[in-house]
Amino acid sequence: MNAAEITFDHVTKRYAGRDAAAVDDLSLEIPAGAFCILVGPSGGGKTTALKMVNRLIPFDSGEIRIDGRSIRDLPVVELRREIGYVIQQVGLFPHMTIGENIGTVPRLLGWPKDKIRTRCIELLELVGLEPTDIKRYPAELSGGQRQRVGLARALAADPPLLLMDEPFGALDPITRFRLQTEMRRLHREVEKTVIFVTHDIDEAIQLGTHIAILREGGVLAQYDTPDAILAHPADDFVAKFIGEDRALRRLALKTLKDVELEQADRAQEGPRVPIETTVRNAVSLLLDTKADRLLVENDNGEVVGAFRFSDAGALL
Amino acid sequence: MSVLAAGPVIPTFGKGSSCVTGDHTFCWDWVRTHWGDTLGPALWQHVELTAIAVVIGFAIAFPLALLAHRFRRLEQPFGIFSALLYTIPSLALFQLLLPFTGLTTTTVEIALVAYTLVILFPNIVQGLNSAPDDVLEAARGMGLTRVQVLTRVELPLAVPAIVGGLRIAVVSTVAIATIAATLLPKGLGYPIFLALKEPTPFKTEIYSAGVLAVGLALGCDGLLVALRRMLVPWAARGVA
Repeated sequence: MNAAEITFDHVTKRYAGRDAAAVDDLSLEIPAGAFCILVGPSGGGKTTALKMVNRLIPFDSGEIRIDGRSIRDLPVVELRREIGYVIQQVGLFPHMTIGENIGTVPRLLGWPKDKIRTRCIELLELVGLEPTDIKRYPAELSGGQRQRVGLARALAADPPLLLMDEPFGALDPITRFRLQTEMRRLHREVEKTVIFVTHDIDEAIQLGTHIAILREGGVLAQYDTPDAILAHPADDFVAKFIGEDRALRRLALKTLKDVELEQADRAQEGPRVPIETTVRNAVSLLLDTKADRLLVENDNGEVVGAFRFSDAGALL
Repeated sequence: MSVLAAGPVIPTFGKGSSCVTGDHTFCWDWVRTHWGDTLGPALWQHVELTAIAVVIGFAIAFPLALLAHRFRRLEQPFGIFSALLYTIPSLALFQLLLPFTGLTTTTVEIALVAYTLVILFPNIVQGLNSAPDDVLEAARGMGLTRVQVLTRVELPLAVPAIVGGLRIAVVSTVAIATIAATLLPKGLGYPIFLALKEPTPFKTEIYSAGVLAVGLALGCDGLLVALRRMLVPWAARGVA
């Protein structure tokens, strides 16, 4: 696995002419392979924290380490070439083809041409584009396609760390949902550490293995797994930020596979659902159909058990 | 107008076909016979005057624009200076330069270069500054050095604006260079200048030199448009 462990060690950043800190004494341990979401209201310093990692923004005190080594130990361009970077407006080079865009960092690293080409085609497939797109220009692509290219470009040199700054924020809801789903799959496939900034708590819960909630003034409010944050919000701010429907949000993180289903025989009547259904949707279906239980099917359409409303409560 | 009226003087312009002596609006035979000794050389001199002015102007404007792009504080003073330069009428500028450089090609070229500079400098600066912020941020975030950002991102993206500046510079220099004839027997302005001096201005010579100047400007412009299309395939195909 090519993933890096990231440590924020009492990092503070103050912008000139402003009293409040942008990031205030931030300490985070992000394990290798984690999908860590920085989330919070604007003014929480999440983008600042992200851009400190590739030194686009300098910090005043503290230390950031990648695999135990300070990010200040490396020349800045070398550091950046080892970190994938994806931004909301994508920032593709309009004068370069998709292939040239994706090959940017490999070219900087001096890879041979045919290796870059092979890698480009591999990446286009990974992010769901056609190999023939390699010769097109960014202006010929839709917003969603452009962000896929942005992602491919960031992954090009196989960096152990990916920084993503609200990458799906400018996309329409349908495209955003599709890319979020694929991002989850991609993270499982490429096994990299990802630090991902968003202001959207739904996106955070859906994508993150770890969530850091930052409040105004750049103070870390809570850092934990999505399930733990939803189960035990650290304070009122976090509770309010994640929403009063946090129990339902927790159920959305689990599928019927996580439930201890009660025995049911296949002759029983009632609404049927596949076992991949989220518990939240199962509860919704119970309310909707006014049934007292759902019959759960496996991939082959065989009933493997029944789900009752009380089973949901037992998960929380 | 009675062209055949027995006026006191009917100019013969060396060779007198009936068309020429009759002072008709346009005489092809004069153009044919005087292409070799008048119009052809004048056209070539005009190309030379223009080319030298634009090349030197670009050679000065480009490094200045790079400086102004790198040190943004310089842009305004450079800009104001060149704008002031542009407000001086070309004839007056020739007069200002006469005491120093005399009735020479140098005088003419200094004036022409000054004008191309005024056009090229702001266009190149604007082109260099036109790279969108997100593109620059991505470039830096991926680990391009400052020089790489300039050569691989900012310069290619500046090409449309630079070629745009060159088009204006070339076309206006072709026009302004006709005025060089007030100082020098050079360029397409000179035949016009001579024809106007005749007791009865010789229309054929004025028109043919004028048409050549316009044609030269249009031709150069067309070449630059073709150059732009070649250098900027990404904009031509842009359909977003």
